[in-house]
Amino acid sequence: MLGTGILKGMVETAKNFAGSYHDPERLTTVEYPEQRIASKENARQFPFLVHDTEDPMQGLRCVACQICEKECPPQCIYIVKSKDKRADYKGQMQLYPVTFDIDLSVCMSCQICVEVCPFEAIKMDTEFELSNTDRFGGLLVNKHQLAKSNEHYRKIHPTEAAVSDDALAIEVAKAKAKAKADVEAKAKAAADAKAKAEAAAAAAPVGVAATAPVPKPSAPAAAPAAAPAA
Amino acid sequence: MDGTQFMTFHDLAYDAGKTDFQRKAEVIGVGREGELLEVAMGPQHPSTHGVFRMDVVLDGETVVKLKPVFGYLHRNHEKIAENTSYLGSMPYTDRLDYFCSLTNNWAYALAVEKLAGLQVPERAEYIRLITAELTRVLNHTCLAGFLLQDMGALGTPLMYAFREREKILDLFESLTGARMMCNYMRFGGCRCDLPAGWLAEARKVVAEYPKFLDEFDALLSGNEILMARTQGVGKLSAELAINAGITGPMLRASGVDYDLRKVDNYGIYSRYPFRVPLGDHGDVYDRYMIRMLEMRESLKILEPALKDIPEGPVVDPKAKLRGFRPKPGEAYGRIETPKGELGFYLISDGSPNPYRYRVRPPSLINLTILEDMCLGQTVADAVITLGSVDIVLGEVDR
Amino acid sequence: METLEQTLARAAVAAPGAQLSVVKNDSPCAQHSLLVDVEHAYAVAKFLRDDPQLRLDYCSNVTGVDFLDAELSEKVKVKKVVDGVEKEVEEVKKTKRAGYLEAVYHLYSMALKHGPVILRQRTPGRADPVKVTSLTPLWRSCEFQEREVFDLYGVLFDGHPDLRRILMWDGFKDYPMRKDYAEPDDYEYEPTPHDEVLEKAKAHLPKAEVKA
Repeated sequence: MLGTGILKGMVETAKNFAGSYHDPERLTTVEYPEQRIASKENARQFPFLVHDTEDPMQGLRCVACQICEKECPPQCIYIVKSKDKRADYKGQMQLYPVTFDIDLSVCMSCQICVEVCPFEAIKMDTEFELSNTDRFGGLLVNKHQLAKSNEHYRKIHPTEAAVSDDALAIEVAKAKAKAKADVEAKAKAAADAKAKAEAAAAAAPVGVAATAPVPKPSAPAAAPAAAPAA
Repeated sequence: MDGTQFMTFHDLAYDAGKTDFQRKAEVIGVGREGELLEVAMGPQHPSTHGVFRMDVVLDGETVVKLKPVFGYLHRNHEKIAENTSYLGSMPYTDRLDYFCSLTNNWAYALAVEKLAGLQVPERAEYIRLITAELTRVLNHTCLAGFLLQDMGALGTPLMYAFREREKILDLFESLTGARMMCNYMRFGGCRCDLPAGWLAEARKVVAEYPKFLDEFDALLSGNEILMARTQGVGKLSAELAINAGITGPMLRASGVDYDLRKVDNYGIYSRYPFRVPLGDHGDVYDRYMIRMLEMRESLKILEPALKDIPEGPVVDPKAKLRGFRPKPGEAYGRIETPKGELGFYLISDGSPNPYRYRVRPPSLINLTILEDMCLGQTVADAVITLGSVDIVLGEVDR
Repeated sequence: METLEQTLARAAVAAPGAQLSVVKNDSPCAQHSLLVDVEHAYAVAKFLRDDPQLRLDYCSNVTGVDFLDAELSEKVKVKKVVDGVEKEVEEVKKTKRAGYLEAVYHLYSMALKHGPVILRQRTPGRADPVKVTSLTPLWRSCEFQEREVFDLYGVLFDGHPDLRRILMWDGFKDYPMRKDYAEPDDYEYEPTPHDEVLEKAKAHLPKAEVKA
């Protein structure tokens, strides 16, 4: 019968209309500024820089390697390297960024900077209420605005942060082991050199030095001995 | 640019020195100059789904000529990609067809994998299939809503469609971090593994979706007004559709059995049986129904795939993120996106950037026969014919 | 499906006088292509479309490609007499290749569900006007795509029914996808943190601002 299709449709809309008064499933919108939907753990908005210590500028993990600047598809990152070096979280001397600017009006939240960063230094934030009346200056953020603590990172992306922390802990352990090995190797090399020097000094008067290829008892001898150990 | 030349509608006429109206009048309206009306529908027109213009010549209310004009959103995506690394183009592919970023990602990743000979792990193939089918469901849901909006069913069907779309977008957000600009696929796999509990949520959405489809069908598919408005409108013959390179639901609505999921067997589609719905009139109603049926078929693929998904790595360990340089050569990779065949043609010269990067946009090519479908119909039918083509201007203009 | 060499042999018979060759593709997918001269492109394409074994009724993709003038260096082993002994010595042979523009067609068959057969047309040089043969009379799907190649590369398609700009506006002069295209530096100069953009922008700022 003509008209049944329309009536069926009307019944459907009536169900939805009535349902919206008592069935929470049918109430799909929220009143935004007052009510909010909890953000998803993986959600990403704009990048920030992670720091470890109390002083944000001292503890920045970024070593100004400029990989993110190069890989950023819309080219919104701008980095100036420092002239001097300072110790990073594992005690290695590294450069640091004097300037680190991100133009958020250009950034397209693609997360490629995070993926390519070998130092776990740049991560995605979940902050999105960044509207600003200054179109050019207001959305150009510098390293002071970008720096956020590792605790913040752990709070917004707990799973990801745990992975990142583990990776860094391994790095630190490796660095410590290497430093320890270095110290031991140096001590051993010094001892070896000393022993050789003594042996050479003892042997020289007898005149063996002309026939046997004994290394010269001088300071540089310590260097080749230490090299394989390191 | 030389000064601020203001272009009027007549400056944009197709023959130098002659307005479109004059040329058309010579052909069809000899002696009827006063009767034909030249109308520019768009670029700011709610029925054009973006910044798109139809230059229509009308005889009363009948369309006697129609030329699509686009390029308002042109940003030379291909040139940008030639100046960016292979990885750097991935987020830009999200912005082609911004409803279906995950299928765009897949098409591009597939082309690069062909170029560089990368293998995709099992689990990544499953994730790709699941996200692509969810995207298809999402796109067709929205299209049905938009199409009905074009027909004058203001608000209600579109809002119902958007309510359901939101559930899938939530899944995408918890997986990829973004609702629409997902940037999720990588060469040789996917960017990250599924978060905990994602599969359970996806299963819930997929299990509940048929309920919505039933509701939508009851609401509209049998509606007499909808039938009267769409049946026999915007007809497209199978021969013309093939010759004009029409792909996707548009082609299948004309009765041509050509679905790349079956033809090319990319990914793991061969493991899941599904049917390809075909139309037999090639009109707007068929195109609408094809999409409703395709959604049900997609859900049939999703249900077992969400159960079968194995554990394992999600990315080929040989794939390099930084310093990716495929050997010189070229490759054309294509997949069946919700809009049709999306292809990427890449030429590598061994450098980190592609030498040539070409997108074969389904929406653009599906527009080729817009005029053929609209001639002789009323201007209101031209609007729904355009709606049934399913264009996204981000992809048409690139 | 037959190999590209077999297709070539049969196409050469069907279109007498056509200069056909196979362009090798080194990538793992090994999609080789068929290079045809501009004069016989239409005849060869018609053969590919209508031949009952091929039936390539669907032209999926039309691409313009720009190759600049280039110096190709090739390592060649040459026998030479060095110090009275004949030896094989590797020499770098340099050849100059004139630049050209290409139109690449990816053809598939919807009837027989095979493909792709890739057809290329090459222009003799890059100096305007560069012309190839339009295949729009054979496949409607080329209509917009050939217009796009014309718009972005400046390749003229002989026999195209409606060749005009499609993505750029009608008053636009240059061809932006060509490899030697230099973008005008005044089309966008928003302040960004990047020095080069700021430098470019300076030239376009009002005089007073530059002083400050």
